[in-house]
Amino acid sequence: MLKRGYFSNFGGAFLPEVLTATFDELEQVFEDAKADPGFWKEYEHVMSTYSCRPTPLTFAENLTRHFGGAKIYIKREDLNHTGAHKANNVMGQGLLVKRMGKSRVIAETGAGQHGVATATMAARYGFDCTIYMGEVDVQRQRPNVFWMQRLGAEVIPVKDGTRILKDAINEAFRDWVSNMEHTHYVLGTACGPHPFPEMVSYFQSIIGKEVRSQILEAQGCLPKRVYACVGGGSNAMGLFSGFLNDPVQLVGVEAGGHGLNSGKHASRLCSQDASVGVAQGYKTYFLQNSDGQMLDTHSIAAGLDYVGVSPILADLKENGRARFEAATDSEVVAAVDLAMRKEGLIPALESAHAFARAFQEAAEMNPEDSLIINQSGRGDKDIFTVADAFNDPAWQQFIKQKAEQYNA
Amino acid sequence: MLESYLREQRRHKDILLMTHIVIGYPSLDASFEIISTMVDAGVDLMELQIPFSEPIADGPVILRANQKALANGVTVKQCLEFADKAAKMFKIPFLLMTYYNILYKYGVEAFTDKMAAMGIRGAIVPDLPPEEGQSYLQAMDDHKLAPIFIYAPTSSLERMQKIAGYARGFIYCVARKGVTGQQTSFSNELESYLARCRKSTQLPLALGFGVKEKADVDFLKGKVDIAVIGSQTIRIVDKKTIPAAGEFLRSLRD
Ligand SMILES: Cc1ncc(COP(=O)(O)O)c(C=O)c1O
Repeated sequence: MLKRGYFSNFGGAFLPEVLTATFDELEQVFEDAKADPGFWKEYEHVMSTYSCRPTPLTFAENLTRHFGGAKIYIKREDLNHTGAHKANNVMGQGLLVKRMGKSRVIAETGAGQHGVATATMAARYGFDCTIYMGEVDVQRQRPNVFWMQRLGAEVIPVKDGTRILKDAINEAFRDWVSNMEHTHYVLGTACGPHPFPEMVSYFQSIIGKEVRSQILEAQGCLPKRVYACVGGGSNAMGLFSGFLNDPVQLVGVEAGGHGLNSGKHASRLCSQDASVGVAQGYKTYFLQNSDGQMLDTHSIAAGLDYVGVSPILADLKENGRARFEAATDSEVVAAVDLAMRKEGLIPALESAHAFARAFQEAAEMNPEDSLIINQSGRGDKDIFTVADAFNDPAWQQFIKQKAEQYNA
Repeated sequence: MLESYLREQRRHKDILLMTHIVIGYPSLDASFEIISTMVDAGVDLMELQIPFSEPIADGPVILRANQKALANGVTVKQCLEFADKAAKMFKIPFLLMTYYNILYKYGVEAFTDKMAAMGIRGAIVPDLPPEEGQSYLQAMDDHKLAPIFIYAPTSSLERMQKIAGYARGFIYCVARKGVTGQQTSFSNELESYLARCRKSTQLPLALGFGVKEKADVDFLKGKVDIAVIGSQTIRIVDKKTIPAAGEFLRSLRD
């Protein structure tokens, strides 16, 4: 029997038997879509009329001057409908759901961006929608919970395990194994059993395709380095896929949390705390103990707070094609602040990890060279977290007043 | 061999009973007492689950038992020592049940060496399909251990036949879609699925997921060789006592 979906030593499909037929069907519909020349056109049409594709590439003139090194360009995935690259994957999978004739979608969400994107897709295509979200993330990304519910999705807070992204994925699988006849699981990142890593990367490759031609148009040559934050790895795969065969350094930035030696981080590819294992249906680097039990993770950004990572990125790390770094919570907050003040951009806390690392490296680079940062999402969802980080007194006053109104 | 033991038992029993515990839930000592009670109650074989932090195929009852056992600080080493003690103390065959990462991190060969040395008879690894199990299958075979594979209602006859080619001991048929511990309806639909299972292999068949009373076991007589009791005994131990679980098991075949 053939193993499927391997990227050298990583990936695979470690599935309970009950899901085998469902994955066979999904793989088939994905292969058919890829082979259909009309499919990608249809996908681009949806993304240009319902979302905001192609998203612009912004030259960050002030930041470039500020650091005095490489020219800094920013790919604006925040300008997608629902404010993040998540829409790319979700609308693509939505088209596949239509092809399969299913009537319900489920998804996990961490930051809530994938959940909101899935809820909009479900509303537009007329699917029932259930979103699983760790109880901790429900608290820290409350604005997105509100929007998911308003969009008609049922949001189920997950109270088991560490109550964050990985636990939401487990619950989504448990739902799926009961309801796969009518239900598709819209996995939100380039992880999980085959064909998800490949399929999510395929839809996200729209980022890399666009940005490669945009940078060539803007400056006539390729960038030296490109930066993306890495949660599960979907926006990174989207960006990197545009430059895999070019002499361009690919830099993935993981959540450094309180620091790589603190035990409170979510760095799987650049810390000593991770090792290869098999969980959630695939083989990759996991933050786990020597018994193989998953560890608690931490990040200020819910969307990066995850124990595993895309098997495709694990492969790119092993073969040296990509480099992985970490940015700490405090570096990330500082990067959001600087991006706002210098460029009027409001990156999501997830995206700001890529900003933070690029900011550190830009100054050492040659002014002839350029770099691209993927702004995977906008920061509106983080208003409570960022307000807390800045200890904003006017905001606190407003919240108190609001609470009093509700009490009255 | 596990299969010949099962056939031998079946010569004088209509149906065999396999039970399940999560090692370390509610505690290691209690787990041992539960095994002792189950053996006394006449169960024919048992699966001992090594807890895992991401038990994706398990429903709420077994999921929480996994979490509680881990929160108690139970390690893989302790679980193996526990299984060793159980296998030495009691005559019935024991299987280990766990998720693949536990074997992978321990080292698949080291794990099967250990199983063989302890007198454990086989393993159930629900997230390891035969496609991904080459080294596991080889290591199990080297030690004459039984890799127990799973059939689901969504498995085609063709798929079942393929799986049967890799399976030893018996086949574990899950009664329905979904995870452990939910309601199963013992109905005509189940009967036609079991007929397909029967057609696909000569190996003994076990049926699990949702078996929780005598009527369910009666329904299964003549259709499968083994009824599997999972979440229900955990519920009884949680709500009542360990001896109550023993009484319950006795009542199933009265
Ligand atoms: C804005 C944003 N960026 C990045 C991520 C991380 O996911 P991925 O690594 O799959 O791009 C998330 C996840 O929720 C997100 O919301």
